[in-house]
Amino acid sequence: MESLTLKVGSLLVAAFLAFVAAAFAVDTGFAIHMWIVVAAALIATFVIANKTDFAALARFGAVRPDQSRYDDDPVRWGVIATIFWGMAGFLAGLYIALQLTFPALNLNFEYTTFGRLRPLHTSAVIFAFGGNALIATSFYIVQRTCRARLAFPGLARFVFWGYQLFIVLAATGYLLGITQSKEYAEPEWYVDLWLTIVWVAYAAVFIGTIAKRKEPHIYVANWFFLAFIITIAMLHIVNNLAVPVSIFGSKSYPAFAGVQDALTQWWYGHNAVGFFLTAGFLAMMYYFVPKQAERPVYSYRLSIIHFWSLIFLYIWAGPHHLHYTALPDWAQTLGMVFSVMLWMPSWGGMINGLMTLNGAWDKIRTDPIIRMMVMALAFYGMSTFEGPMMSIRAVNSLSHYTDWTIGHVHSGALGWNGMITFAAIYFLVPRLWARERLYSLRMVNWHFWLSTVGIVLYAASMWVAGIMQGLMWREYGADGYLVYAFSEVTSAMHPMYLIRAAGGALYLAGAAIMVYNVWQTIAGKTRDEKAMTDTPHDPEKDRPIVASTTVPAE
Amino acid sequence: MMAEDKRVDEPTGTEFVGHEWDGIEELDTPLPRWWSIIFWATVVWGLAYTVFYPAWPLINSATEGVFGWSSRAALAEDLAEVEAERAPLREAIANIDINELPQNEQLMQTAINGGRSAYVVHCVQCHGSGAAGSEGYPNLNDDDWLWDGTMEGIEYTLIHGIRNPDHLETRISQMPAFGADGILTDRQISDVVSYVRTLSGAEEASAASARGSELYTANCAVCHGPNGGGDQSQGAPNLRDAIWLYGEDRASITDTVANSRYGVMPRWGHRLDPVTIRMLTAYVWNLGGGETPAPEPEGEELAEAESDEPG
Repeated sequence: MESLTLKVGSLLVAAFLAFVAAAFAVDTGFAIHMWIVVAAALIATFVIANKTDFAALARFGAVRPDQSRYDDDPVRWGVIATIFWGMAGFLAGLYIALQLTFPALNLNFEYTTFGRLRPLHTSAVIFAFGGNALIATSFYIVQRTCRARLAFPGLARFVFWGYQLFIVLAATGYLLGITQSKEYAEPEWYVDLWLTIVWVAYAAVFIGTIAKRKEPHIYVANWFFLAFIITIAMLHIVNNLAVPVSIFGSKSYPAFAGVQDALTQWWYGHNAVGFFLTAGFLAMMYYFVPKQAERPVYSYRLSIIHFWSLIFLYIWAGPHHLHYTALPDWAQTLGMVFSVMLWMPSWGGMINGLMTLNGAWDKIRTDPIIRMMVMALAFYGMSTFEGPMMSIRAVNSLSHYTDWTIGHVHSGALGWNGMITFAAIYFLVPRLWARERLYSLRMVNWHFWLSTVGIVLYAASMWVAGIMQGLMWREYGADGYLVYAFSEVTSAMHPMYLIRAAGGALYLAGAAIMVYNVWQTIAGKTRDEKAMTDTPHDPEKDRPIVASTTVPAE
Repeated sequence: MMAEDKRVDEPTGTEFVGHEWDGIEELDTPLPRWWSIIFWATVVWGLAYTVFYPAWPLINSATEGVFGWSSRAALAEDLAEVEAERAPLREAIANIDINELPQNEQLMQTAINGGRSAYVVHCVQCHGSGAAGSEGYPNLNDDDWLWDGTMEGIEYTLIHGIRNPDHLETRISQMPAFGADGILTDRQISDVVSYVRTLSGAEEASAASARGSELYTANCAVCHGPNGGGDQSQGAPNLRDAIWLYGEDRASITDTVANSRYGVMPRWGHRLDPVTIRMLTAYVWNLGGGETPAPEPEGEELAEAESDEPG
């Protein structure tokens, strides 16, 4: 009863404070955001009050859920949120790819310009799709590998819904033009503060669950989740240190200025890739690959060595985003050197994932989920080789500011993060909703091929575009003058941009098939379809020829 | 759950470590040798690199590296090399009489190439990457010049701009807004438009154009000339050809007569060095229709006759 009073009470206080902030707001965007917070708090109050069984509460006090089951409600919500935001993010990505191809699609309308939709796309896929996937799978994995229910179940629910509110505030903010113009850290100070609260709660739930584990050791997936949660907290807080112009306004100024600010930003930006998209997703890989393959992890020793070397080296690699800028040369050198040393630590995860299939390689032929995992690891390996290569100063002088970077990011994001997440979703859905199997395995196969062809079109066109741009920009004529105008280089990109958009459309189509498949699975249906492979076997023919009953002489 | 003595995984022949979580076990495979070799090789390479290049931060500076390399010095060196290579020809271009430049084939070719390179950075935004212009921005490929189209004239335009605000030497002229300022009625404007369109053959002669003819003589001839041949000295366009900066349809010309136009080109003299301006001059002059200074006063008549052909 007390906890119910506390919850409803604090929600109403939050709604009131947001209402006051909306009333005193100095800019429209801030006012709209505060109204969103008011609405969110009131909806939460209504739902909590409505769900409470007051009669039971009066008789027995709070009802304890079944302690012999894992706490999977936030995981189920998380899987649905992952799919929902994934579709939103992919669609936004396709749209901005088409805007680059056909600029008229900016619609001459401030809310739909590329500049506002691009962060919407990047945040939707990284933080909304990827973030929900990480939170959901970490809650699933940490319970099972610790043999313990989630610590602080109420806080776990707060983490889920609080994170969704963060996503809504960030996304609407971009459309309204609220941004602090930092890559992957666009939301303004008040949204950052909110995310900090949610993230600390997330850390508490995760670490609390590990603390009450019933297993003697902590599984490698949980090391990676821990590294991800703790480092993201540190990166987020330091990079977003800022002073708001008014506590009732959206605008703020960062604590750092000039090249210090740039370095802090790319220390953050690079490690968002390192700890969000690499460490976090490696944690997913370390659980789902051995589970789906039903094979032991290839090497315990490799997992220790590559974990520690990865997290130690990654944190220093950020300055390679600022080659040939005002950043001092020594910092650029260190960024590059640490990036190159990062190559093998990154590949440790790929080796451990792929080699776990030793003894189960035939499953690539029969199991499209394994196929997705293998493709994810292949793209992981490819982009973690490409990254160190692009960080080398001489390579970077060609690749920097070109679409090669975009291609690199997407072979990692679509190939590694996307594919491993899809595989995890296909693994989780039948188990979370207690279904016999997925609605259709053949649709998973379709999803696999559409995504793969989509990624290949995307990455290949961006490699060509990037290298072409780099070469055209630096092309000097025989008598020492630049040959191409920037606009000429831009128009040369048009066919590449078309191919990229086609790749994105295929990827989106694959994800749409997943939506249908998951929907039908949750609805409890199974598709009547032929198995993925037959095993032709005729026992009559499967025997040696025996001429006579006597053993032939040697 | 697990045996005390080490169990061996059958398909791989490797021992298990002995941990188990939710059915997941781990094998005791040693680090792949190639992995260790490459890892340590990158570490050794990395350390060596930091010896040769600026790398380790100290209190007030950083180690400079054995090579003494710095990105700024490397850039300065590259630029100095290119500058030194270009210097003799640039100097020659700077010192030659601009009108003589087209006769010097080597210098002219260098100037055209350098000009193109500057053009694609500074001029494409308005004149287009093919220099074909667009509505309000002149096509530079033809031989129809609003202002002086000689080398000297183009150079002047580039240095001082056209109607560049707050610059005394800029090329300037202003056509009156005959409608907006109440000089002519709508009906009269319509008649003038009819007459102007007959000059380039866009319209047949009519009663309206006959009425317009008189209005033209009274209001327009002073700048555009009695025959509509224009006047380069004040940037008054030739009305007898098929080249129209704002369109030759009735609506566009009506708009021009009623409300006037005021196209501005920024001056570049304070932004680009004199040699680059000369190179741009050569490039533009060479595009298709550069004029040579007329030796006799009849030159203008000739140019007018030539541009009578619709182009």
